Amino acid sequence: MSAAISTYSKSDYINFIVLMVLGFLVIPMTVNSDYWFTSILIPWLCLALATIGQQVIMGYTGQLALGAAGFMAAGAFACFNLILRVDGLPFFGALIISGLIAAAIGIVFGLPSLRIRGIYLMVATLASQFFIIWVIDKFGWFKNYDSSGIITAQDIVIFGRPYTTPVDMYLVILVVVTVMTILAINMARGSTGRNWMAVRDMDVAAESMGVSLLKTKLQAFAISSFFCGVAGALFAFTYLKSLEPVAFDIKLSFKILFMCILGGLGTINGAFIGAGFILLFPVLLNYLGNNVFHGAIDATIISAMEQVVFGVLMIVFMIYEPLGMARLWENIKQRLFKKKNK
Amino acid sequence: MGSEILFFFEVVVGGLLAGTMYSLVALGFVLIYKASATFNFAQGAMVFFAVLSFVGFMELGLPFFLAFIVTIGLMVIVGLSTERLVIRPLMNQSEDTLLMATIGLGYVLEGLAQAAWGVEVRRLDLGIPDFPIMFIADAIGIFISALDLTAGAVAAFMVISLAVLFTQTKIGLGLRAVADDPGAASSIGIPLKHIMLLVWSAAGVVALVAGCLWGARAGVQFALVDLALKALPVLIIGGFSSIPGAIVGGLIIGSTEKVLEVYIGPFFGGAIEGWAPYVLAVFFLLKRPEGLFGEKIIRRV
Amino acid sequence: MNTSVERNFKIGDPILEVNNISLSFGGVNAITDTSFNVLEHEVRAIIGPNGAGKSSMLNCINGIYKPQQGSIAFKGNTLSKITPNIIAQMGISRTFQNLALFKRMSAIDNILVGRKLHSKANFLDVALQLPKARREEKVNLKKCEEIVEFLEIEKIKDTPVGKLPYGLQKRVELGRALATEASLLLLDEPMAGMNVEEKREMCRFILEVNEEYGTTMVLIEHDMGVVMDISDRVVVLDYGKIIGDGPPEEVRANQNVIDAYLGVSHGE
Repeated sequence: MSAAISTYSKSDYINFIVLMVLGFLVIPMTVNSDYWFTSILIPWLCLALATIGQQVIMGYTGQLALGAAGFMAAGAFACFNLILRVDGLPFFGALIISGLIAAAIGIVFGLPSLRIRGIYLMVATLASQFFIIWVIDKFGWFKNYDSSGIITAQDIVIFGRPYTTPVDMYLVILVVVTVMTILAINMARGSTGRNWMAVRDMDVAAESMGVSLLKTKLQAFAISSFFCGVAGALFAFTYLKSLEPVAFDIKLSFKILFMCILGGLGTINGAFIGAGFILLFPVLLNYLGNNVFHGAIDATIISAMEQVVFGVLMIVFMIYEPLGMARLWENIKQRLFKKKNK
Repeated sequence: MGSEILFFFEVVVGGLLAGTMYSLVALGFVLIYKASATFNFAQGAMVFFAVLSFVGFMELGLPFFLAFIVTIGLMVIVGLSTERLVIRPLMNQSEDTLLMATIGLGYVLEGLAQAAWGVEVRRLDLGIPDFPIMFIADAIGIFISALDLTAGAVAAFMVISLAVLFTQTKIGLGLRAVADDPGAASSIGIPLKHIMLLVWSAAGVVALVAGCLWGARAGVQFALVDLALKALPVLIIGGFSSIPGAIVGGLIIGSTEKVLEVYIGPFFGGAIEGWAPYVLAVFFLLKRPEGLFGEKIIRRV
Repeated sequence: MNTSVERNFKIGDPILEVNNISLSFGGVNAITDTSFNVLEHEVRAIIGPNGAGKSSMLNCINGIYKPQQGSIAFKGNTLSKITPNIIAQMGISRTFQNLALFKRMSAIDNILVGRKLHSKANFLDVALQLPKARREEKVNLKKCEEIVEFLEIEKIKDTPVGKLPYGLQKRVELGRALATEASLLLLDEPMAGMNVEEKREMCRFILEVNEEYGTTMVLIEHDMGVVMDISDRVVVLDYGKIIGDGPPEEVRANQNVIDAYLGVSHGE
């Protein structure tokens, strides 16, 4: 089926229903360890959402941006301040406004993309990363003049009911991520996504077809930052449970970049695959370190090796499968499917 | 002279000298860009890898010079394997693809260095104190760190020798030919292999020297990678393909960030050095995308 | 010649006027003081040796390059200081010499991008799949399927265009330009690198579009046979200057043109 057809195919609906049943019923009922919720599922969903943001700007629109964590920080602190300062603002309202604030900042820092590309743009977006974090750090207002540097995030309250247990928070995030993923897929498959990809693949031709580079790039920056902003707010409120600018440093931006690239540029499911891999691989390594080598390997060495593996994978994917794990997964599915038919 | 003005000069001179340290990182980047047309994002990681290995070898008991030579050998191996395993397979890919591969390479080098030598911060004593030189202070009233002055001298020396190497020797001519057309270089009788060996070795030496100077100041630690990131705005200002550009860019970034930090920083709680170079680079980009010394890029349709 | 065929649209008044334009890159003149016009519904060819400034001419009309001197008027409106996307809105579309397709997108998606100017739904309409967006997508898709059928590329419509052979890519690119429903099409060497059979088909597509929809065409072509066959009038450029302008047979007999092509006055 052509990606151009925005109405969904039968298999899309089946996939959707299966995933929803899994996410909303099976997982909450079968997983009974808090560890899985707080350390795996919650960060996975949050970071996958941020990675969708990175996909929009980098995978779909082809703009090498490296500042996702900065926009996440903007979203997180916006949400904190909104809940703190606006009485009666519902959580989801705060979340949406946080995303919008991040989007507005994204537009400002996306402006250079109209003149520059590639590594030049990357440096320009690094400016946003460092600048946003600095502003939050240096102006006490953002942190409610808390001198300790670490502020506890407020509890999530929806219609008067607090959502503070791991399962509750997981469900809240799952709702947000589900809705936003559907929106992202709709855009990616529809005319919006085609304009992004046209700009990515051949900007001069896109412009000659009437696609405004200015509008399309800034729109992509805004939407990308919106996703990152919401993801950042969720990340701070459910996973970190605190707000500190250093949690959103350049390393997190790189992490999201890796999730995006290894998952597969220009795919939405790649965002989930990439985020899952980057999160789970260290867990696996640690498990091996503890249970197979019985702690004989130093933890720092394990984390160094994990970095080596990510780096090697990045190079290998660039050389052999630039479309990442999502494409690998497609290929595997196709092969399995063909065998069944025989 | 008034003490205000003296202080201003002190800030500028300190900034200029510190800027040469950025220049050294940028220099390695330019070398590789000239030879392989690759934005080598891993240059910062190479700096870290080189100096950590150097300190590591010394901890193993190698004397200073031997450790230096061994590290250079190691860097040549790193460089050549990078060229062979990363750059060459991606030769016909887009610039962006290559750039991302070098981001991966950076991760590999940082990881390997830490796996081999550990993560703790090392002190590196080059025998050059990071204190003001008193006789200069006494003579003209400006405090200049001996380390800064050494960095400046080393940078100047490296630039001059690289400039001589690339403009006065046959190999240098070959390098310029390679940048335009790899076939042409072979046809004038210089094997591509030798040129690559030379360039990557030179980049390795530059990385090691930059690492030593940075390490002596800030300690040999992972944070060097982030410091090395500042070579990017330097390159944007100087132009990715220009050796003098790397130097001038470093001087501009170094002095501007210090002046801004000292005179404007206090109004905003300081630490604007962290982002000022990047913002400066962005404004620069919008005015002059090819950098001060870069060749103007004309996109053909 | 094209006039032998029955045409739904009679050739009319000038739709595009190029007046004394000059374009140079860093002191090197690509086009020098050149003027010509294009009449509504005609097929106008631009020919000339390599480096004569043909593509630069299209790039000026299309707003990619800004000529230093002179003016270009389309439907009576002067095109100055405007970008390609505004020119597209005015009703000029084009193909490119070295193929400028969206390589990672499928053929049909490429053609659908050509519908951009007929899409009014914004990103929120699309994200929320509001009826407006769905209706519009349906209409655009139908239109593009028609183009796919017309160009006989049904089989490859879902293939990423980067994987298609050259001749088919050229067709997809024509399809994308057609999808815009522009009144003026600029075709930069639509038949370059094709074999005789492919060229014949491409000629057929171009003429059919011109006859059925009255689309005005400006095309650059090297094959003199093709030019003589399909164009109403020909402009000959050499070193950025016009050395001949008129109906094909007249141009063919022009001594300056013969010299330029045979390299009598100067080699290439």
